[in-house]
Amino acid sequence: MDKTQLIDRRDALRATGAIVLASLVPLPAAASPEAMTAAMQKILGTATPKPGRIKLDITPLAENGNSVPVTVTVDSPMTQADHVKTIYLFSPENPAPDVVRFHLTPRAGRARVQTSVRLATTQRVQAIAVMSDGSAWSDSAEVIVTLSACLDAG
Amino acid sequence: MRTARIAMPKTARKGDIVEIKTLIIHPMETGFRRDDVGRPVPRDIIGLFTVTYAGTEVFRMDLFPGVAANPFAAFTTIATETGEFVFTWTDDKGVAHVEKMTLTVS
Amino acid sequence: MRSALLALVVLMAGAIAATAETRTSARELLPPELQAQQADDDANPGMLWVTSGQQLWSMPAGANAKSCSECHGDATTSMRGIAARYPAIDAKSGRLMNLEQRINNCRTANMAAAALPYEGEDLLALTAYVAHQSRGLPVSVRIDNAAAPHFEAGRRFYFERQGQLNVSCSQCHDDNVGRRLRGDRISSGLPTAWPAYRLDWQKMGSLHRRLRACSLGVRAEQLDFGSPEYVNLELYLAGRADGHLVETPGLRK
Repeated sequence: MDKTQLIDRRDALRATGAIVLASLVPLPAAASPEAMTAAMQKILGTATPKPGRIKLDITPLAENGNSVPVTVTVDSPMTQADHVKTIYLFSPENPAPDVVRFHLTPRAGRARVQTSVRLATTQRVQAIAVMSDGSAWSDSAEVIVTLSACLDAG
Repeated sequence: MRTARIAMPKTARKGDIVEIKTLIIHPMETGFRRDDVGRPVPRDIIGLFTVTYAGTEVFRMDLFPGVAANPFAAFTTIATETGEFVFTWTDDKGVAHVEKMTLTVS
Repeated sequence: MRSALLALVVLMAGAIAATAETRTSARELLPPELQAQQADDDANPGMLWVTSGQQLWSMPAGANAKSCSECHGDATTSMRGIAARYPAIDAKSGRLMNLEQRINNCRTANMAAAALPYEGEDLLALTAYVAHQSRGLPVSVRIDNAAAPHFEAGRRFYFERQGQLNVSCSQCHDDNVGRRLRGDRISSGLPTAWPAYRLDWQKMGSLHRRLRACSLGVRAEQLDFGSPEYVNLELYLAGRADGHLVETPGLRK
């Protein structure tokens, strides 16, 4: 944290008290590491994803966790013999580790998908691609999630 | 009535890779939140989005509460023949919203 | 009071003083990925409400079963530039009306239809659709003649210290533009994006909902949607944004 932000705590609370109202709503707990491992094992079995072939594009600094644009690209010829079957996104610090799954066929022509995701807090988002030959590839990215100043409860 | 938007070309040449972008109005209520008097807000999620092209599924997406409200998706498909695209979003209760588009392939 | 202000000031790093010339759209304060999302109509979720509004435009409503399009035809031509001139004085009643109120006035007076609830999906959609027809056009509201007292009332509201924090709109949106407030940078307070899709709301919302968030932020009374005070303020903000381009549907955090 910036040195200029080291101020009297009560003053800071007073100044931002109303503004943080919305964050007083209790947040659900993050998924446990066990839940995360279980979710990943369910799709991968005993296979261990290797780094490479998949690229996760996501901002390193999300200024609002309600909607964070994501692009996943996999290096694949997308032929009958060699294509991406499924792309998975995992969020270890969200209440549920599964975020989204994209199921592709060779008819996609290209393995590139986009969506927007929710991130409850700062975390390392993980993307895994499972290929037609059963191999699994992974990429991950640390995303810092900051809070907006002017939240309102409606 | 739900509103959805689909962006895709009307025409393509056979073999072209066509990019499709979709949006649909939906709160994607997680089921993890409470309202301002503390009652849990019931889960309400689109869990499945499928796209068929001339009767064959070309894209399928499983959505969980971690997908942002008013879900956005972008993906590609190869233009193979003139045919109808059917976009189907299905929520937790099995209610589906369907949109159709035609791609003319030359 | 002093400690609250001090805290507010200390929370902000960097120092750029705002002047009329340097006022910029809050769009420019968004991170690049969100700017790109606003610019792409196929990815900007606010366009969903524009599309809903387009559907409502030609949908009959009220006792006479008339639609907007029966009188106004194709909105892409008939509504072009309209939102850039609102709020405006209604010639018939002499009242200052914003776009939402104009739409509702049209429904009750000309369509024998019920007014749509403020901040309801239908009014948001219609307002977004009409405002979208002015996208790219410069804001140009009348602030003379009958509008003058409203503009002056809005200006007074803007410079008046309010709420338990005892700060004015101007102290943030003129004196501290571009400075940090928690995860945000303070905007110039231009009302050019509205109705806008706000990530905090996860949906479309009106300018008045945003103003209510401001009121809450300084712990002042949250006024009603469409209240005369907010409509006057809306006119002042629009006058202050003269020449800036309408961007509805904007994307905001």
